[in-house]
Amino acid sequence: MTLHEQYVAFSTILRKEIRRFLRIWPQTLLPSAITMSLYFVIFGSLIGSRIGEMGGFTYMEFVVPGLIMMAIVTNSYSNVVSSFFGSKFNHSVEELLVSPTPNYVILMGYVVGGVIRGLLVALIVTCVSLFFTRLQIHSMFVVVFGVILTSVLFALAGFINAVFANSFDDISIVPTFVLTPLIYLGGVFYSLELLPDFWAAVSKLNPLVYVVNAFRYGVLGVADVSVGFAFAMLGGFAVLAFTYSMYLLNSGTRLRQ
Amino acid sequence: MAVSGAEHVPALRIRDLRKAYANGFEALKGISLEVQQGDFFALLGPNGAGKSTTIGIVCSLVDKSAGNVEVHGIDIDTDFPGAKKYIGIVPQEFNFNLFENVFDIVTNQAGYYGLPRKLACERAEKYLKALGLWDKKDVSGRMLSGGMKRRLMIARALVHEPKLLILDEPTAGVDIEMRRGMWDFLKELNAGGTTIILTTHYLEEAEALCRNIAIINHGEIVENTSIRGLLRRLHREVFIVDSADTLPMDLSLDDFTLRRVDDCTLEIEVEKGQHLNDAFAALDAQGVRVVSMRNRANRLEEMFVTLLESAA
Repeated sequence: MTLHEQYVAFSTILRKEIRRFLRIWPQTLLPSAITMSLYFVIFGSLIGSRIGEMGGFTYMEFVVPGLIMMAIVTNSYSNVVSSFFGSKFNHSVEELLVSPTPNYVILMGYVVGGVIRGLLVALIVTCVSLFFTRLQIHSMFVVVFGVILTSVLFALAGFINAVFANSFDDISIVPTFVLTPLIYLGGVFYSLELLPDFWAAVSKLNPLVYVVNAFRYGVLGVADVSVGFAFAMLGGFAVLAFTYSMYLLNSGTRLRQ
Repeated sequence: MAVSGAEHVPALRIRDLRKAYANGFEALKGISLEVQQGDFFALLGPNGAGKSTTIGIVCSLVDKSAGNVEVHGIDIDTDFPGAKKYIGIVPQEFNFNLFENVFDIVTNQAGYYGLPRKLACERAEKYLKALGLWDKKDVSGRMLSGGMKRRLMIARALVHEPKLLILDEPTAGVDIEMRRGMWDFLKELNAGGTTIILTTHYLEEAEALCRNIAIINHGEIVENTSIRGLLRRLHREVFIVDSADTLPMDLSLDDFTLRRVDDCTLEIEVEKGQHLNDAFAALDAQGVRVVSMRNRANRLEEMFVTLLESAA
């Protein structure tokens, strides 16, 4: 395929992905807005007002970046895992497999679809958060780079999950039993400084700690870990996930007989 | 390397193609066949014979274990994307997103082949109209009847105007009227230069449409010839004869085997070397007035069964 033909194929996949999640917006966009509003009300306003400052900021200001990042992570992941597994389940993935579309274009189409949903939900959640607190951006570069890198990484992770999934149960196991606990223990609601040294060190094995702290640095200018190190970790994981996803597509694992 | 477009190059050339699955089952045991450009080719075989595996390999849905496949001179091992551009596939099972509308299903497929949006929309309109689905273009795929879903898959397969169209059981579950309409459409397409490979369980369909045939059984090609040549090898044909009056109870014909279907209908078996005129003369001598006669339309079926039995 020529480069232009590849672009056409990519934009076709992307348009299909965007139309899919917009068509079912009550399932894809609305839940995050409602859930995050509840977080803002309960943890930010009701409980947060009694907690006091954390890291030099009000508790509400402290949790908002983590909650926005939480929405990005879960939505980027779940968009790709549900869409790609769905196309495997109804065999419509064969439409792509029989076509001359290169595998990297297929992967990019799904991943960018997941990234756009993640960004759209992040925008919605950010707008909701403005009802509860004022947001100031410390570093726009860190915010933008962190958001894109994180959503790409978790969209790729969702793709890998979808390739190996055999049933709809399999696509909910990882978000429920892996992603959610890692997010909650990733410093969304607390600073690692509050933890004993041992648990603070253990927490640094959690990749979500870097995701949350990089974004928090971009918004508030404070973080429990080095932002450079956080980006290096995220970039490294993204490269690994991309390489592995390409391997799965090229080898036809769980896609071709 | 590729010599695509050359008229002498077969549309499909398969050499010593093998497929063994992880559980050890050998689905294809080294099959070889050629389908010439412009041909209407039937690939027949019982369930599990290896037809869909063969098609799956050609379309990259199944990985081969060994052998070579060339599509219009392009080896799938060296340039599979180039080979895929020549192929349109209509699979046996419905494999489109049931929640997308008909128009999107077709235009998306065009996009996967790199067709610009404007051209994709024009082609979608052309083929949806040709297949009688234009009024359903905004309907979701799940709302279509079985026959419409099959026609949708044909429109989708044609949207990039492939030179080789592969149809895996395209008329399964389709009513007779719609099947005839689909036959006419495929004949017209073939007359326009598209090579068509068809697998079907309706042998009447292969006989009506195809010029050449390969019969596959247990992963091996047991016959690869022209339909006409195959039928010439039939040693026996059965004719159904309708009489104007009730047939005599003691009716018999020397040298011919008869079977009384009902009071006015008779089946006559004519062996190779016998003449139908002799049968008519004998019927006339016994006072039977023949008002109509037709060939029993399962000639290929008889040959098919014979070949499979002899290969077993």
